[in-house]
Amino acid sequence: MSLDKETVARIARLARLKVPEEELAPLAGELSGIFAWIEQLNEVDTNNVEPMSSVSDVTLPMRADKVTDGGIAARVLANAPGGAVYIDPADKNAGGFFSVPKVVE
Amino acid sequence: MAALTDLTIAQLTSALAKKEASAVEVADAHLAKLDEHRTLNAFITETPDKAREMARASDARLAKGEAGLLEGVPLAIKDLFCTEGVQTTAASKILEGFVPQYESTVTANLWRSGAVMVGKTNLDEFAMGSSNMTSHFGGVENPWKRRGDNRKLVPGGSSGGSAAAVAAYMVPGSTGTDTGGSIRQPAAFCGIVGLKPTYGRCSRWGVVAFASSLDQPGPFARTVEDTALLLRVMSGHDPKDSTSAPLPVPDFTAAARNPDIRGMKVGIPKEYRVDGTSEEIVTLWSKGMEMLKAAGAEPVEVSLPHTKYALPAYYIVAPAECSSNLARYDGVRFGLRVPGKDLTELYENTRGAGFGKETRRRILIGTYVLSAGYYDAYYKKAQQIRALIARDFKQAFETCDVLLTPTAPTAAFAAGDKMDDPVTMYLNDMFTIPASMAGLPGISVPVSLDKDGLPLGLQLIGRSFDEETLLRAAAALEKAAAFGGRAAGY
Repeated sequence: MSLDKETVARIARLARLKVPEEELAPLAGELSGIFAWIEQLNEVDTNNVEPMSSVSDVTLPMRADKVTDGGIAARVLANAPGGAVYIDPADKNAGGFFSVPKVVE
Repeated sequence: MAALTDLTIAQLTSALAKKEASAVEVADAHLAKLDEHRTLNAFITETPDKAREMARASDARLAKGEAGLLEGVPLAIKDLFCTEGVQTTAASKILEGFVPQYESTVTANLWRSGAVMVGKTNLDEFAMGSSNMTSHFGGVENPWKRRGDNRKLVPGGSSGGSAAAVAAYMVPGSTGTDTGGSIRQPAAFCGIVGLKPTYGRCSRWGVVAFASSLDQPGPFARTVEDTALLLRVMSGHDPKDSTSAPLPVPDFTAAARNPDIRGMKVGIPKEYRVDGTSEEIVTLWSKGMEMLKAAGAEPVEVSLPHTKYALPAYYIVAPAECSSNLARYDGVRFGLRVPGKDLTELYENTRGAGFGKETRRRILIGTYVLSAGYYDAYYKKAQQIRALIARDFKQAFETCDVLLTPTAPTAAFAAGDKMDDPVTMYLNDMFTIPASMAGLPGISVPVSLDKDGLPLGLQLIGRSFDEETLLRAAAALEKAAAFGGRAAGY
């Protein structure tokens, strides 16, 4: 399996990861090397083998669908890049917003 | 009495109970070691004020006779555990300055038992690496050096800072996390004990996620008994982690104090005899088996036929889960933000600037294997191989109680080595990854020094949720090996 520059650019775009043009070719080489090494998995016959998504035998537990916390807007917003915008700066737990660039014209 | 920093956790709790030292004195002695060995770069954030405050509270509880199991014991915490009010970075630029507003369950359990935090340790970025060289905050230096050779060696990874801090006697114990070997391999490189519990034994809540089906917190210490004590406190069911096992926590310390392994069947997996393993480690492995045999165990040859496929399958499963987990770092709610002309460009700029090289590589691998048209060929195939690996272990444990293997194929290597080709670095984890894929507990025990004077460890692997048998075998190996090695100058 060999990946070309265009494929790397495409998956970088899917991953929302800016990769400078000059790094695309070396990355394509590295990733191709890794995938060539991964190819050995094709030696294994996995017909009729159930895929294992979790090692845990435990069935996911159910819980009551009710609110268990709240009123912590200030803590939720504490790490907002560039600071959060609060509805009422005197009462930060009253709520507020993360800020992002304009997305609706 | 020996220096406070030379004491094990068991000795420290006993000295504190007998009022031979105060928790504040114990904290100060260890904080002085952090000062002395700061050049190792084992810590990203030191928390001396918090340590003294917690130690004062410990002294108050000790005075009232209300001491917890780890009362006054200084610990270092891998900077992957969220700690309320204390910066948590995952060694990534993208999380630099992030101050969690909540405490991880595992660390909360430790503090509830009276442990004292001295700081947050360095690691590979987002726990992705086997050398600690991928940290945004620089690599960690292993306290050990080759005899007559001054080159800096890596402490292993990803929990390299936690292992180096214990090996340098800055703390008697620390926490790590293990996804593919990130506790066991650094423990072996640094000559200490490191235990990866069964998946589900310790809560992952509040631990920065890398690969959720594999990640598992666990302890480092200098003795098997101390490791068991830390595990006992760290473990337990947590409703906030749906994969955390609703099982009672056994008295692991009692198991570690009972090195009686007469009649125990120790499996030697023949597929672990692979090219690229140093001759000394092969010899050490046989020596380890001889030690266990002399202690009354019975060796059994077992076969784990899919061993060689564990590593390449891991490099599909782990990056796939990493690419999903790391999608949350988008520059909107926390962490780094690099502006862009629109929201998409803000995401791309933030993630491009915030993630290091190895993290970017794994996100790309993960995105590719999960992308339309490739899912079955890669991700599903890897999950099927994972099922076969788990089946191999299950069958092996029908004829034995624990497995004995090397922990890593070599001793600690020099900083900068194995950096040219990612696959060369990945091969470091070939002995630890199979147990990770099967969710089984594993422990690395230091056994001897190699010809250059570097520590070498052996790994024991146990049945699911049978850490007690694992700890008994580890205690027997520790007793027979009588390692006692200490890095010169520490």
